[in-house]
Amino acid sequence: MIKFFLMVNKQGQTRLSKYYEHVEINKRTLLETEVIKSCLSRSNEQCSFIEYKDFKLIYRQYAALFIVVGVNDTENEMAIYEFIHNFVEVLDDYFSRVIMFNLDKVHIILDEMVLNGCIVETNRARILAPLLILDKMSDS
Amino acid sequence: MGSAEMCRDLAPEVEKLLLQPSPYVRKKAVLTAVHMIRKVPELSDIFLPPCAQLLHERHHGILLGTVTLITELCERSPAALQHFRKVVPQLVHTLRTLVMTGCSAEHSVSGVSDPFLQVQILRLLRILGRNHEESSETMNDLLAQVATNTDTSRNAGNAVLFETVLTIMDIRSAAGLRVLAVNILGRFLLNSDRNIRYVALTSLLKLVQSDHSAVQRHRPTVVECLWEPDASLSRRALELSLALVNSSNVRAMTQELQGFLESCPPDLRADCASGILLAAERFAPTKRWHIDTILRVLTTAGTYVRDDAVANLIQLIGGAQELHAYSVHRLYSALAEDISQQPLVQVAAWCIGEYGDLLLEGTCEETEPLQVEKEEVLALLERVLQSQMSLPATRGYALTALMKLSTRLHGDNNRICQVMSIYGSCQNVELQQRAVEYNALFRKYDHLRAAVLEKMPLVERGGPQVDEEAKESKEVAQLSEAAPLPTETQASKLLDLLDLLDGPSENAQHPPPLDPTPGDTLIHLLDLPCAPRPPAPIPNLKVFEREGLELNLSFVRPPGTPTLLLITVTATNTSGGDVTHFICQAAVPKSFQLQLQAPSGDTVPAQGGPPMTQLLRILNPNKAPLRLKLRLTYDHFGQSVQEIFEVNNLPVETWQ
Repeated sequence: MIKFFLMVNKQGQTRLSKYYEHVEINKRTLLETEVIKSCLSRSNEQCSFIEYKDFKLIYRQYAALFIVVGVNDTENEMAIYEFIHNFVEVLDDYFSRVIMFNLDKVHIILDEMVLNGCIVETNRARILAPLLILDKMSDS
Repeated sequence: MGSAEMCRDLAPEVEKLLLQPSPYVRKKAVLTAVHMIRKVPELSDIFLPPCAQLLHERHHGILLGTVTLITELCERSPAALQHFRKVVPQLVHTLRTLVMTGCSAEHSVSGVSDPFLQVQILRLLRILGRNHEESSETMNDLLAQVATNTDTSRNAGNAVLFETVLTIMDIRSAAGLRVLAVNILGRFLLNSDRNIRYVALTSLLKLVQSDHSAVQRHRPTVVECLWEPDASLSRRALELSLALVNSSNVRAMTQELQGFLESCPPDLRADCASGILLAAERFAPTKRWHIDTILRVLTTAGTYVRDDAVANLIQLIGGAQELHAYSVHRLYSALAEDISQQPLVQVAAWCIGEYGDLLLEGTCEETEPLQVEKEEVLALLERVLQSQMSLPATRGYALTALMKLSTRLHGDNNRICQVMSIYGSCQNVELQQRAVEYNALFRKYDHLRAAVLEKMPLVERGGPQVDEEAKESKEVAQLSEAAPLPTETQASKLLDLLDLLDGPSENAQHPPPLDPTPGDTLIHLLDLPCAPRPPAPIPNLKVFEREGLELNLSFVRPPGTPTLLLITVTATNTSGGDVTHFICQAAVPKSFQLQLQAPSGDTVPAQGGPPMTQLLRILNPNKAPLRLKLRLTYDHFGQSVQEIFEVNNLPVETWQ
């Protein structure tokens, strides 16, 4: 089960965070700082899976952006690793421009893909379908 | 989102939605169901029937959701597990189609058709197949097929393969399949991608318990992974290597692990050190090898070992008679080089203390003999004592070692005495106490020194070494507390007799207040009776009467000391003539201790003059029945009289 999903830039600022298990607000910042610290300090040579307290962290770097997913013990790390890549591809598909201007849409996409900690949809077309409908409605 | 109450209320709604025509809705409904079940497990019954039907869906999203739902259901309740075993064939079929038929464009991820769905199905199969022969058999072929057909050049394929391996390990699979799984993992290990190596190491760690021999084959690769710069990878490799140590490869493995210990990052050192020590303990081929290994670990990573490593090593060395000389030589050279590693210093100090004589002999068959001078040894121990880096515990060890050397080494002990006196005023209370005790040993109890400091017997495992040392010190402490009472029980035994004494009055002049039992020292010191205590209600006893001379005994049991009895002998003379040269002697059974104090006089004047009294102190540690024999000699009416009699009818309170 996915516990949380973070998008962090290289300076360590959280761009997007989604928690699938309730964590208090003040604890969230603490958690994020620690997680980010451990991910940013790793070089390219090192493995993408880190153990942190009772989670496993799987991270992947794309240019200036780090995507970090925290899962519990039962998940297959490599599958999550693939999932991150899938997610980024979907985003690529949809956004021709820079993501940061449309964070709400990113949230919608993420919600389509992951529900309550489980991966539900990985088909690009189907994920983007509702968004496209929404766009069409707002245009007309 | 959604509390338990909300879930309960909405459950029927969701169930209806599950049957809706629109796949989109159904997809969402399924996952809502998952959440509900997580919150309220009792609702699982409602969702059982639709699941079977939903599995026939073609829509992958729904399938994925359904599989997750079933997984949740099965995890929560064994009944559901039973129910869903029926769908195993269906699942198998689905998976097979996924694998075999070419990928549909929309679902494939880099050449593998819907890896996410595959992974989920595999996970469900794992849960269903666990401990269940029949389902496992159905799955066997499929798993083999998946394993061989999946394209491993891309990560997605590896993900599926990994899940397959996990599933194979968990269910009751055929032996061939397990070997296949281990081989896949071995292949992963050789892969250049670190992620894959990491997962491979993790799963091998899980496997090592059950398929030890299969994993052993990959040992060299695992050991190579130790040297990875990546922390998580090397940690995994370390755990796996430690798990792989067995009696046949222990020497090679420890060699590797020790090499690793020298260069590994600090956070892994503690684990590595304790791991090596544990492995050495379990599989040590010879004692000498064992001692060598521990020594090497202590020199490289001394500060990181666990506390009981010191005690274990000491016990080990103590047990290996033939290796005493060897150990002490090695430890001495190690100590001479470096006194910063505390556990090493402690062990070395103890060893030098115990076996210092072997060190000075200079002969040892197993290692090059060192020519060590006595002065050098003392100098080294003093250095340890003075060093800033030594912990108080280490200093304690060194101090005790110095003391032991005073008996082991020949020649004068001035240097050692000096050290002890210096440390007698040390800041640290523990050290000061020890130094003072040892000082006392030198001065007053020199005769006891050899006995106290002789070689220690082997301690059993489990009894901490510290106790032994503490016991030694305690005994010395008691002796020093008894310093103002130098006479021991030997002196008092002289007064015990069944036969009569000659002139007990000399002894009675200066009665040393005795205390043979340790621990009661202080109480008895305070308890010097100079005047008779308030009389306990024990009736007086008239024991003798002859021609007007009467002897009465009065008894006192002082409340603080249950074993003490004070008897006052009163002699009264109602006759016309004086009684002169009156001497009263007493004897008691051997288990008692008797002291006679000086009589008030040796004349009992006639005609009811002032009586003569004499005090007897009797100690009855065993609470044995009191027997008392009295002997009187006196002159009365110009005649010498001598009477010997036993006192009968002694009241019970005198000795109970």
